[in-house]
Amino acid sequence: MMNSRTRRRRRIDLGNTALGIAAASAIGFLYGPIITLMVFSFNDNPITKLPLTGWTLDWYYKALTNSDLLAALWNSVIVAVAAVIICLVIGIPTAFALDRFDFRGKTLFRRLVILPITLPGIITGVSILAFFSMAGVKLSLVTVIIGHGTALTAIVVTNVFARLQRFDRRIEEASADIGARPWQTFVYITLPNIRSAIIGSALIAFTLSFDEIPVTYFLTGRDNTLPMYIWSVVRRGITPEINAIGTIIVALSIVLIFLSVLLIHSDGGTKKKMR
Amino acid sequence: MKHSTRTIRDFWLLFTGPAIWWSLVLLVPYVIMLMISFYTRKFPFHVPDFQFGNYLKLIEDPQYYLVIFRSLKIAFLVGVTAFVISYPLAYCLARKIKSSRFRLLLYVATIIPLWVSYLLRAYTWKTILGSEGILNSFLMWTGIIQEPSTFFLYNQFAMVITMAYIFTPFMVMPVYASLEKIPPSLIEASKDLGAGRIKTFLKVTLPLSMPGVLAGFTFTFCLSAGDFISPALVGGPYSNMVANVVATQFGIAMNWPLGSALGMVLLFIVLAVITLSDRLERAGRINLA
Repeated sequence: MMNSRTRRRRRIDLGNTALGIAAASAIGFLYGPIITLMVFSFNDNPITKLPLTGWTLDWYYKALTNSDLLAALWNSVIVAVAAVIICLVIGIPTAFALDRFDFRGKTLFRRLVILPITLPGIITGVSILAFFSMAGVKLSLVTVIIGHGTALTAIVVTNVFARLQRFDRRIEEASADIGARPWQTFVYITLPNIRSAIIGSALIAFTLSFDEIPVTYFLTGRDNTLPMYIWSVVRRGITPEINAIGTIIVALSIVLIFLSVLLIHSDGGTKKKMR
Repeated sequence: MKHSTRTIRDFWLLFTGPAIWWSLVLLVPYVIMLMISFYTRKFPFHVPDFQFGNYLKLIEDPQYYLVIFRSLKIAFLVGVTAFVISYPLAYCLARKIKSSRFRLLLYVATIIPLWVSYLLRAYTWKTILGSEGILNSFLMWTGIIQEPSTFFLYNQFAMVITMAYIFTPFMVMPVYASLEKIPPSLIEASKDLGAGRIKTFLKVTLPLSMPGVLAGFTFTFCLSAGDFISPALVGGPYSNMVANVVATQFGIAMNWPLGSALGMVLLFIVLAVITLSDRLERAGRINLA
């Protein structure tokens, strides 16, 4: 009796151990390569191989004094900021229209709007390229911005829409009942309730724009964005300079994402996917 | 909703801008791409036409249909690999970790890599798998192999492992969500009725978590089927995927009609997979109820 129970417990423990190891390996699999990327940004061998030979900050110095890279970085900042503005200007009214009005073809419209985050980015890229080519628009950073705006607005729409769906409209009615004008109700009641969803999704859109390739690849003219610059370098070969700039980007995007997760999940909100 | 004049005015006040925007940047480009897929290629560019030659070429020329099959195969393998990696992790998160704070921490830790630059995550695998790379130098350093192996990089294995790595969080999230939704009472009932742990898992937990697995598989499949960055970085010369060929046709090959037709095929594959998984999920829901 005692014996069989201990044996049973041992088997359970063995199962749990195996499960624990598998889960830990999965986390290791997710973080190993990122840590590798970071470690080799400090290694003083131009070839990324083991064993590590010595510590250096040269790659950071090289990256941060590389004028092509800095120009690309600046372009990326411009593109991301402009794209986020488009996302907000278009995305917020779209979310309101979907939440507050019934109109013909609404279901179809909702599906259309999320297509850019459902379909592979390359489809958005080549279809907008075809459109610009037919309209005779020359490719530049402006076309990249429009492409990013198209590809990423859905993120603002889905997040703001989800927040609006949970928002208790009776608060707005109460505000109107006690004499607030519509704009006052909007500014003092509605906006504060959806503010964190707006800021959170704007941060996500910024991060994604900063990392975007499939759309940019087809819509960029002579100017490179940062991912396009990195892409052109890593296609040719490997240099720890990319590890250095990569480490900086990783650190910054993790900070941004923490901020946006905090904001989206504040007010007890959860991010709903419309997919 | 009452359609008073005021509501209609408010609606158009709100919606005119977005409606114009969405038509111009989304609807019109998709329609144009569809149109171009029927055009005829004619040096130096193409001429308007309505013929199915581009689609026929995709079916007849092995160069193209093999690429489509390869993309489906790779995307399937990525989905399966991501499933194998994710399930134990999602299971541990949902079932084994008692502290809710630790669970949240681990869950967030699973998602964070998703926000680390996509390109850099693909690039780092190139540095790991290359013939002068980290894995090779490690194996030589420890004396396991004498010569650097070219087996790791520039093949379909490298593509599958890289994309599985990139898209794994998309599998963990829905699987975890579906596992968390299973009422503990069902597991207890199964155990009370005498089923062992393995039987309970196979008969209760696994089937009830299938909607999450399906959603995760749909995400990972669609994302990898349409990818051209990872294949170009780690796939080597014989690992072109559909999106790579689309990129080539719109780039140096300058054959937009063929590229558009292939793009439409990709669009169709992705929408078909999403619709199918949606149907399956609904059918499953009825069965369980």
